[in-house]
Amino acid sequence: MIKIADVVIVGGGISGVAIAYNLAKKGVKNVAVIEKSYLASGATGRCGAGIRQQWGTKMNCKMAKFSCEFFENAKEELKYEGDIEFKQGGYLILSSTEKEHEQFKKNIVLQNSLGIPSRLLTLEEAKEIVPFLNTDGLVSATFCQKDGHLNPFHTTEAFAKAAERLGVEIYRYTEVKDIIIEHGKVKGIRTDKGDISTNIVVNAAGGHAQVVAKMAGVDIPVYSERHQILVTEAIEPILDPMVMSFSLNLYCQQVPHGGLIMGRGDEGEPRDLRVTAGWHFLEEMAKTITSLLPPLKNVRMIRQWAGLYNITPDRQPILGALNEVEGLYLAVGFSGHGFMFGPATGVLIAESILGEETTLPIDMLNMNRFEKGQLIFEPSVV
Amino acid sequence: MSDNSIVCRCSDLTLEDIRKLIKKGYTTFDEIKRMNRAGMGPCQGRTCMPIILKEISIITGKPISEIAPGTYRPPVKAITLGQIVETSEGGGNEHD
Repeated sequence: MIKIADVVIVGGGISGVAIAYNLAKKGVKNVAVIEKSYLASGATGRCGAGIRQQWGTKMNCKMAKFSCEFFENAKEELKYEGDIEFKQGGYLILSSTEKEHEQFKKNIVLQNSLGIPSRLLTLEEAKEIVPFLNTDGLVSATFCQKDGHLNPFHTTEAFAKAAERLGVEIYRYTEVKDIIIEHGKVKGIRTDKGDISTNIVVNAAGGHAQVVAKMAGVDIPVYSERHQILVTEAIEPILDPMVMSFSLNLYCQQVPHGGLIMGRGDEGEPRDLRVTAGWHFLEEMAKTITSLLPPLKNVRMIRQWAGLYNITPDRQPILGALNEVEGLYLAVGFSGHGFMFGPATGVLIAESILGEETTLPIDMLNMNRFEKGQLIFEPSVV
Repeated sequence: MSDNSIVCRCSDLTLEDIRKLIKKGYTTFDEIKRMNRAGMGPCQGRTCMPIILKEISIITGKPISEIAPGTYRPPVKAITLGQIVETSEGGGNEHD
C-alpha cells in the first residue's frame, strides 16, 4: 500500500471511482480509492440500474442531464473493452392523483427550460408506449426518451479501469478504520492494511457515509434506509421504457439482457444498515406491479436483494468541502440516485478539490444549506 | 474438463470465460457473477457455483474453504409474480 497520497477516496462505488478518474485526468498523481469489499458492492451495484433526467429540482435536473450526456459518450471516453449496456428506452412516469398531475406540469416546464426533452402525456398516449398498461386509477404521464438503463457493475468497472490506467491505486477488500485529524485538518487515513498520509479525504461511502463521517468526528444529516428489488428471468423484449410512479411507489424496467428489474420503497423499512431481503416487499411488489402491468403475472421472479438509500432531508446530495474539517470533502446523501449522477459527481468533486470553478454551481448542495435552512425539496423520488 | 465445457447453463458461459476472469483478478464468485452473469439465471448458481469455486481454488492456489461462496438470495425456486399474489391474498399460511 502507498504511504502518501494527494487524495484518498473512501468508497469504491460509482461516485468514488468517477471522482478518482476525474482527478487523475486533471493531472493529480497520487490518488487512492479504498473499498472494503469489491467495486460496486454497496449501493451502486444494488440499485435499480435506471438513469433519468425527469427531476423536480433544478439542481437534480442539471446533474442528471450532464450525466446522461456523459453516458452517451462513455464508451469512447472511458475506452472500456466490455459493454456498459446503455439503453435509452425512456422513462414513463405515471401520476395517480390530481395533485401529482399538477406537480408533473411544473416538472415538465422546469425540465424543458433546462433543455430536457420530456413531455406530458394523456393516458391514451401512454398506452401507445406500453400497450398493456392498466390505466385504472391513473391520471396522466410524463415521458422522456433519453432516460433509460445502464449496467452499474460494468459502468463502475469502466471508470475504475480508466482511472487505474491514469495511475490511480484502487485498494479492494481494504477497510477504512479511522480518519486522522490534527488541529481541525485532515492528516491521513487508517485502514486494516496500513496508514496513508494525506491532506484530502473524500467521503463517497454511499450507505455508510454517516459511519465514515463519524470517523472524522462529524455528524452529517443523512440516514440510510433499506430499499428492495427483485428481478425476473430473462424473457423476450416486451417493455421499452422504465415504468415508474411516485404515488404508487414503484418502478419496473426490462434490461437489455431480458430480465425485468423492479422495486419499491417503504416508509417502515429498517434504518440499521441491513441489506437482507424481506417477504413483505415481495408480496407488495407482486400485487402492485401485476395490477399495473397485468402480463407480468406469468413471469417468474428469480432473485431478490436490497441496498441502501443514503437520504438527506431535501432528497438532494451533499457535495463539496466541509467547513468544520479542512481537507474533508463529501459526496454523500444521493437519496437513491447516486448511480445515475456518477459522472457529474466525479467532475464536480474533482473541480472543487482543485479549487476550479465548477461546471455546475454546487454551492447550494454544500452541507451548510441545512444550517442556513435553504432547502429545495425534491418531490420525485421512489 | 476442456476449455469449451459449459459451466453456467443459464448464462451460456464456458470454462474459458470463467478462467479468463479469474486470471484478470476477479477471484470471488460474487465478482465473477457481476461481470458475466454466472449464476444469475433461473437456477441461481446451483450448477456453476461449485465448479467456479473449484476453478478459483486451482488458479489462485487457495483452498476452497477459504474462498467466499456467492450470496444465496431468495427465492429457492423461481416463482411467477401471479403465484405470489394468489398466495398472499389467500392469507399466505396454507400449503398444498
